Amino acid sequence: MSEAFFRTEMLPQQPPPLRETGAVKWVRENLISSWLNAILTAVSLYVVVVLLAWIVPWFWNSVWIADSLSHCREILAGRSGGCFAVITERWLQLLFGAYPPALYWRPIAAFVLLFVALAPMLFTGLPRRMLWFSAAYPFLGYWLIWGGTPWFAVTAALGFVVAGIAYRAFETRGGAVPLIAAAAAAIVWWVFLAGAARGALDAALPVGIEFVRSDRLGGFLISMIIGVSGIALSLPIGILLALGRRSDMPIVKMSCVIIIEFIRGVPLITLLFTASLLLNYFLPPGTNFDLILRVIIMVTIFSAAYIAEVIRGGLASLPRGQFEAADSLGLDYWRAMRLIILPQALKVSIPGIVNTFIGLFKDTTLVVFIGLLDPLNLANAIRADQKWNGIYWEIYIFIGALFFAFCFAISRYSMYLERRLKTDHR
Amino acid sequence: MATTTPDYRQGSFRLSMLIYDSRYRAITIQIVFLMLLMAGFAWLVDNTIQNLRALGKDFSYRFLWQSAGYDINQTLIAYNSTMSHARAMVVGLLNTILVAVMACALATVLGVLAGVLRLSNNWIVARLMTIYVELFRNIPTVLWILIFFSVMAISMPEPRAFRGEAATASMLVFDSVAITNRGVYIPEPVFDRSLGDLDLRYFKVSVDLLAIIAALIASSWASGRIVARANRIQEETGIRPATWWLRLAVWVLPVAALLSALGFHLVKPVLPETGIPNFQGGIHMRNSLIALWLALSVYTGAFIAEVVRAGILAVNRGQTEAAVSLGLRPTLTMRLVILPQALRVIIPPMISQYLNITKNSSLAIAVGYMDLRATLGGITINQTGRELEAMLLMMLIYLALSLTISSLMNVYNARVKLKER
Repeated sequence: MSEAFFRTEMLPQQPPPLRETGAVKWVRENLISSWLNAILTAVSLYVVVVLLAWIVPWFWNSVWIADSLSHCREILAGRSGGCFAVITERWLQLLFGAYPPALYWRPIAAFVLLFVALAPMLFTGLPRRMLWFSAAYPFLGYWLIWGGTPWFAVTAALGFVVAGIAYRAFETRGGAVPLIAAAAAAIVWWVFLAGAARGALDAALPVGIEFVRSDRLGGFLISMIIGVSGIALSLPIGILLALGRRSDMPIVKMSCVIIIEFIRGVPLITLLFTASLLLNYFLPPGTNFDLILRVIIMVTIFSAAYIAEVIRGGLASLPRGQFEAADSLGLDYWRAMRLIILPQALKVSIPGIVNTFIGLFKDTTLVVFIGLLDPLNLANAIRADQKWNGIYWEIYIFIGALFFAFCFAISRYSMYLERRLKTDHR
Repeated sequence: MATTTPDYRQGSFRLSMLIYDSRYRAITIQIVFLMLLMAGFAWLVDNTIQNLRALGKDFSYRFLWQSAGYDINQTLIAYNSTMSHARAMVVGLLNTILVAVMACALATVLGVLAGVLRLSNNWIVARLMTIYVELFRNIPTVLWILIFFSVMAISMPEPRAFRGEAATASMLVFDSVAITNRGVYIPEPVFDRSLGDLDLRYFKVSVDLLAIIAALIASSWASGRIVARANRIQEETGIRPATWWLRLAVWVLPVAALLSALGFHLVKPVLPETGIPNFQGGIHMRNSLIALWLALSVYTGAFIAEVVRAGILAVNRGQTEAAVSLGLRPTLTMRLVILPQALRVIIPPMISQYLNITKNSSLAIAVGYMDLRATLGGITINQTGRELEAMLLMMLIYLALSLTISSLMNVYNARVKLKER
């Protein structure tokens, strides 16, 4: 019988093979796990190197201080490099258009206060009372940017206060009665009383800041104005359209379907041309109002149709039991929607709504085609200057970077919001 | 309790029941809604009539049959400036459709590639694709169109640079493609023994093209028969005969025979050695077309990449594992298990991306491409002053285009949808 061998102590642990640890393992698994992967890696590396070899020197050599494009070229002396001096000289114009430089603090204040107004909606930890400031912000922002007498904005805002009082007064009556009362009170105020109140306030307290005409607005300021007001106005309209499209009443449903499908079927640019060319046909003779306002109306209608479709998807994703539960609690339609259906449907729709908003913000650049001084139009204006004639990339990069920063930030925020609001049990 | 029973049980009708009785309330609301809607519509129409009268205009589409009087630099059907505005409109519409179809095709290729590669386990490729998607999604389309146009018009060599011994630029793909700052010149297919054109009164159709399409349809039918036969043999005997060479032959041979019978060859663009430096022969794709096409494709491609990625991620991991445990190879797993399920998720958002491309093609205005907006909604309006009529017509055409695309794609969607019983 052979003698059996038994090991009595454990062998010391060996380090893993070199190819299974650290950087080597990572490279093997992530870059060259197969022939195809190795080829892809090689091609990608080549592309990256070529791009960097082209872009890095261009940025590195770029000139930030010069009088004109020819001066830039002198400084560069034949090397490849950007001429960002145009941005150094004109960045304020790209941001504010022809807004009077002495008054730049006003749009800046409006921009900063925008975040204050948004804060209670973005972060639930803040005191609820801040929502009052958010409600007042549209009027404050309008007054800060356009200036003039504050009483126009104040009397306009009072319409909502009147509507709120009317709503409270009729709140005990069910159904749509409080809503109708509120709308009627507000309309009566705006049509019959607001003008007189404004006149009285103007006479009693003639204060005001310098008025800025709409044609002085431009650059990113105009993109922000159109984008933010379009976003804020299109959400409630979109919700109404979505509810209408899911209504049991055939006439309401048909009208909403026609409106939504018509607007979604035509390009935004045709609606913008309608705003600039045709709106005068549809309104009473002699009406003429600001092009920016007309554009905001069209942009609002446009994105409301898209928002309506997104919210309709959210409504459709709710289980039928939620509607039935609301009914069996004895809630009427508007209460059921407000308290049970919409909070859930809107939560589901957040990614879609944010995508629509990002699209809307990007689409504000289309106003260049109807002559508003948005950043792209200002780029043309800068090129029309003898000094900067022939400059393209630097301005495009600046505009693109600003849009990218905004849209990227919004989309990341929506991802965060989606995760935070996620309450499903999967 | 009986005292609280309302009267309507007895059938008597009170006016207040129109609001408080749920049987009548919906009708009341709808009638009020309809009245408000019609009043609003009537108000708009009345305003329009008054405004038109004040301007001394009428509402008529007769201008469509007047002579257009302007030239269009890219025409898919015969056109000259003596033809009518309606003809110019059709030329513009065809240009819109051309760039939309080209962009849809390229965007699908780019998007599927980027979406799949973004899921690749190759670190650097996945990162590159993420950069592509985020960069293009978050910057406005118009800006991309302008950037591509500037690249074409400024950074590309002049035709002169292709000439002479010391040429600084050279043509690509066996000297057949020339990329210049005046556009891209590609070879033109020419038929020496052409069958001529079929004159359909309003436009002409090349019979050669019809013959090729007919041959392809026949090949498709024959290929289907071969597969059906292979299936039958497999059912009967359990052995599947090899069909790939037969199907290849059926697809290639008839078309090749037809092409050689028609005397098909490509005419390359050539730069004459002397005279004005401008390429002759071949097809000239203008910068506006190229810029619009590429910009729309890469921009929408980024969105399609996200759609594709989401669709693939939506397929349960268990499906892949089940396929692997059945012994399917990775390519077969992809083709038979993952793709059919992913397509169901992918197609609906893909439809809206195609619609977006079609609508965004109206941004042609940024580079002066002669699409529907530029002809009917641009020069025609300027020349006739019929903005109301032309804008309405243009909106209706875009609407019809959108509805056509979405209904076609919905048919396809219904075919790949999960058949629930």
